[in-house]
Amino acid sequence: MTTSTPAIRLRGVTKRFPGSSEDAVSDLDLDVEQGSIVVLVGPSGCGKTTTLRMINRLIEPTSGTIEIEGQDVAALPTTQLRRGIGYVIQQVGLFPHRTIEANIATVPRTLGWDKGRIRARVEELVDVVGIDRHMLTRYPDELSGGQQQRVGVARALAADPPVLLMDEPFGAVDPIVRTRLQDELLELQSRVHKTIVLVTHDLDEAVKIADRIVLLNVGGVVEQYASPDQLLRQPASEFVASFVGEDRSMRRLNLSTVADLPYHHGPVVEVGASPAQARSAMEDEGSEWLGLTDGACFLGWVEGTEVVDGRRLGDLHRFLPAAQVRPDSSLRNAMEVILNSRTTVAVIDDDGAFGGVVTLERIRRALAAPAADDATSPEGALPDAANAGTAAADPATGHGR
Amino acid sequence: MPLTTSAANPLIRWSYFTEQWDRIQEALLQHIQLTLLAVAAGFVISAGLAFLGLRYRWSIGPITLFAATLYTIPSVAFFGVLVNYLGLGLLTALIPLTAFTILILVTNILDGFNAVPAPVREAADGMGLTPTQRLFTVEIPIAVPYMINGLRIATVTTVGLVTVAAIIGYGGLGRLILDGLRRTFWTPLTIGASLSILLALLFDLLFFLLGAKLTPWAKRKQTL
Repeated sequence: MTTSTPAIRLRGVTKRFPGSSEDAVSDLDLDVEQGSIVVLVGPSGCGKTTTLRMINRLIEPTSGTIEIEGQDVAALPTTQLRRGIGYVIQQVGLFPHRTIEANIATVPRTLGWDKGRIRARVEELVDVVGIDRHMLTRYPDELSGGQQQRVGVARALAADPPVLLMDEPFGAVDPIVRTRLQDELLELQSRVHKTIVLVTHDLDEAVKIADRIVLLNVGGVVEQYASPDQLLRQPASEFVASFVGEDRSMRRLNLSTVADLPYHHGPVVEVGASPAQARSAMEDEGSEWLGLTDGACFLGWVEGTEVVDGRRLGDLHRFLPAAQVRPDSSLRNAMEVILNSRTTVAVIDDDGAFGGVVTLERIRRALAAPAADDATSPEGALPDAANAGTAAADPATGHGR
Repeated sequence: MPLTTSAANPLIRWSYFTEQWDRIQEALLQHIQLTLLAVAAGFVISAGLAFLGLRYRWSIGPITLFAATLYTIPSVAFFGVLVNYLGLGLLTALIPLTAFTILILVTNILDGFNAVPAPVREAADGMGLTPTQRLFTVEIPIAVPYMINGLRIATVTTVGLVTVAAIIGYGGLGRLILDGLRRTFWTPLTIGASLSILLALLFDLLFFLLGAKLTPWAKRKQTL
């Protein structure tokens, strides 16, 4: 995607509240690309919520300009501006005296849509956010926190605004529901392609949701504006490094999947191979275990000490089930599987076919590999240069990458 | 003169109902009229004061002090003093009755607006509602249960106070009570007091039902 006109553009935006001697937000420049999720994250007092609220002018900037799709927001009446921007807040703020249906219909009603159109839109939206239609006649108090937040999102999307502002949208629900709502948001975004600016204090949430993260320091100073992977891999300053913390490598493991790793065949041979071939494969890997395949099918692991001349590999005692991961498993998940396995290696199950192996060393190398240029490798792709030698396509499995 | 029951002066003599029905009816209607007029006038004034208070937050203190001061005036003295200026008339009866409702109504109306959760206001603003739309579609509806609660208390209190206005000749059922006291005759006193109590209970019930009807969303929070 080219960087055409950004959906949201902030230039030199400064906010100083009356009676304060410090800027809450100071000379902030920010471009938010069309259809992307940008997450503002930072310690309390970093002006992230202030920044968000300046976009829909719930707070007026002291100086600077904000444009949405090329239109200066200061040039529009606030009410008209806000009707074109979805707004979701932590406490949701559903109208307690109105049914779920009437809540969702708030902006369309204000815009004067006819009843049939409103009704159709409301029904479409409850399906989108996963609320049962029979709940439409209920009142907000009768819903759980997670359901209320879904209704809040539906209400914000009602008039199909191109831009969605979300202020700690999942901060008030328990961790399990939060995870589910985050997944739902990503799923929803893959269908609606809104430009979303989201504020959170939760770095894990930011890393999970964001296309790009803005890490703000106190006073609304941008410390780094980068993809989650780059933020974790190459903190731009001491502040960023300490904010993302010592466990940033662990966080990065959540960002990549097994499929992002270069293909690695591992100490695995065809069941018909000779013991000499098998020993050589194990030596190359420094492995005490040997994997056996029969075509695309992984048969199991045998102990290296059993591989002796004169015994057919197929006759050896095989350990099953093998530790397995799938191409779409996160590296964090893969690491857990490996640590819990007997063989310190996990087999990739690519839809039933042997898809190579993953070891701790492979994961470590992927994390340690030098940074790819962010412009050429977008969402957290792991570099494969380091493993060019071993990553050669393997004819036995037909699984070259 | 002691007021004791005897065969000649029982608590209630039932024939009084048929003999004096016109009088009872007139007293009852006047009682209802005075109550409703006083509460209605009190509500209009209180809504205005509450609006002022919400617009200029600093004025809430003085407004409350003013309403509380009115409330502290002994009712008999209030009626009595006003007679000197306005003579014996409806207005003389209504002014103190109205004044006594203001403290209850104004505090309840303000409570109602303060009960609008901040996130609800923020959401309303964030969705582009104008201040007027926000007032009429969000804030007033949410304040309604509090207003009704204020009206309930104010009305019940006023029903009781109306009887005191009998001393200036406008007391509705209070006149029956006063008549009973003057003539050392139990029956009108008993009837006046009983009907006054029943009337208060009836108003209370009506406001409860009105509240339940107007605010189905808050039904679980309301109690009789």
